[in-house]
Amino acid sequence: MHPAYSVILFTTASGAGYGLLCLMGLGAVSGALPPDRLLGFLGLGLALALITTGLLSSTFHLGHPERAWRALSQWRSSWLSREGVLAVATYVPAGVLGIGWAILGRTDGVFAAAGIAAAVLAPLTVFVTGMIYQSLPTIRQWHQPLTAPVYVALALATGAVLLALLLAALGSGVHLPASLAAMLLAIAAALKLSYWRAIDTAPPLASPGTATGLGRFGTVHQLEAPHSQANFVMREMGFTVARKHALKLRRFVLLALLAAPFGLCLLASALSGASATLALLLAAISTSLGVVTERWLFFAEAEHVVMNFYGGGPA
Amino acid sequence: MTSLPAPQPKKLGLVIDLDICVGCQACATSCKEWNAQGYSAPLVDEDPYGADPRGPWLNRVHTYEVGEGDAARTVHFPRSCLHCETPACVTVCPTGASYKRAEDGIVLVNPDTCIGCKLCSWACPYGAREYDHLDGVMKKCTLCVDRIYNENFAAEDRVPACVRACPTGARAFGDLGDPESAVSKNVAARGGYDLMPELGYKPTNKYLPPREKRTGTPHPVAGTAATPAPTGSPVESLFAWIDRALSGQMPSNDGPN
Repeated sequence: MHPAYSVILFTTASGAGYGLLCLMGLGAVSGALPPDRLLGFLGLGLALALITTGLLSSTFHLGHPERAWRALSQWRSSWLSREGVLAVATYVPAGVLGIGWAILGRTDGVFAAAGIAAAVLAPLTVFVTGMIYQSLPTIRQWHQPLTAPVYVALALATGAVLLALLLAALGSGVHLPASLAAMLLAIAAALKLSYWRAIDTAPPLASPGTATGLGRFGTVHQLEAPHSQANFVMREMGFTVARKHALKLRRFVLLALLAAPFGLCLLASALSGASATLALLLAAISTSLGVVTERWLFFAEAEHVVMNFYGGGPA
Repeated sequence: MTSLPAPQPKKLGLVIDLDICVGCQACATSCKEWNAQGYSAPLVDEDPYGADPRGPWLNRVHTYEVGEGDAARTVHFPRSCLHCETPACVTVCPTGASYKRAEDGIVLVNPDTCIGCKLCSWACPYGAREYDHLDGVMKKCTLCVDRIYNENFAAEDRVPACVRACPTGARAFGDLGDPESAVSKNVAARGGYDLMPELGYKPTNKYLPPREKRTGTPHPVAGTAATPAPTGSPVESLFAWIDRALSGQMPSNDGPN
């Protein structure tokens, strides 16, 4: 599948934003995070900025962005519509929590309720984003039970690194948030490795023979394409990445998104002050590069069954 | 509403005979011509005569080589929307622009509400939907909904443009929900099949497989019977002489006289 940069930016930026929002909500409700105005302003501000940037960039690839509001209407059948509804709905508790925390310096009462709602809706929105891909029966690498869980795990892990960095920069103790980030990174790594194992062993959906139904007469290969130049279907669905490059990029994802920030978070949990901030800053930069690569690869490795009509390899 | 309508008895669709399709592309060009001014309009090609032409076409004809050696055959394979009974392209649509008509099963895109997110094209296993970059909306086969019910047309023209254009009769249009219809009977008689039924989309359109290849010695070709022997008349001799003279061959002793 063609990796659309607007969608990569959307899913990674809003993913980290929703992850951060979820953890801020949980921290506020549990009392793990103090009702400090600056923390509330910076934490929720960063989360909402990432979410909003992502949502806006997701409209860039639309043919008619001015009609985007219509996408809220078909939540009964469409995961994309459900994502839109949840994304809009999440702004409500996030905004209430923001008013309480950043302006009034309170995270109790109605603001605590908003914190719980935000902590539930934020990861749910990310899960539903993952379901857009997971629900497509045409793409073997996406139609996997781990697709949406990986989206949620990576959102929480990248959000946790940002929260730890923020707390370190504000001079708070980072032992707990940095350890939490390391734990969430480890969970995301385990899920992503299982996901890769699953897509590497899943049988192809079809072959040129089964797609055309002509396999019973012998091997099917394309003699002549219907058009001299690539059409929309080939440009959108025909993107493939060489196996050896994919393996290299997978190693980079494991290192930059998961292993390196895991080590840096563990290191930071034992440090304090500027050295902890520096370690977490490096971890945040590393996860950002890693998660963008991970999302690019998620598209590039996905093979659409339609390419069998174009004589492509099994998909 | 992108939720699917309850199954209805009427299922309009196409039956494509892979045995007699000659791959002439008349259906594809006729489709393009009709739909560039009909329901799907505009259907514009960019750089149509240049090095990199691109633009949406609603019908594409592939040519495959099937089998090996003496058993190999060429199969021309038209591919367009199959107007599935359970099309995921419709249910994934976030705006309701994609819909399946309850009255006849035709799958359409409303060009006034489509946001051009392209998710429906990802959900279609048959590559039936092509995005129009100039129009910013998704395009697909309409089963010529603007022809088949058009009472200003003569009865024989109330069929999709591709069916009307096919010079070999490889495309047929009809109600595949009615087991007594001509198309349904032909599908039953010829072993018509669904494309990728395992994906569960329940296509309405059916494909008729190529017939078994004929085996044994070929029939004699007409026109190979022996030419009549020369009669030796003076006129014939004169023309033979002229022929030799014009060919630059002078009569020789060893040549036939």
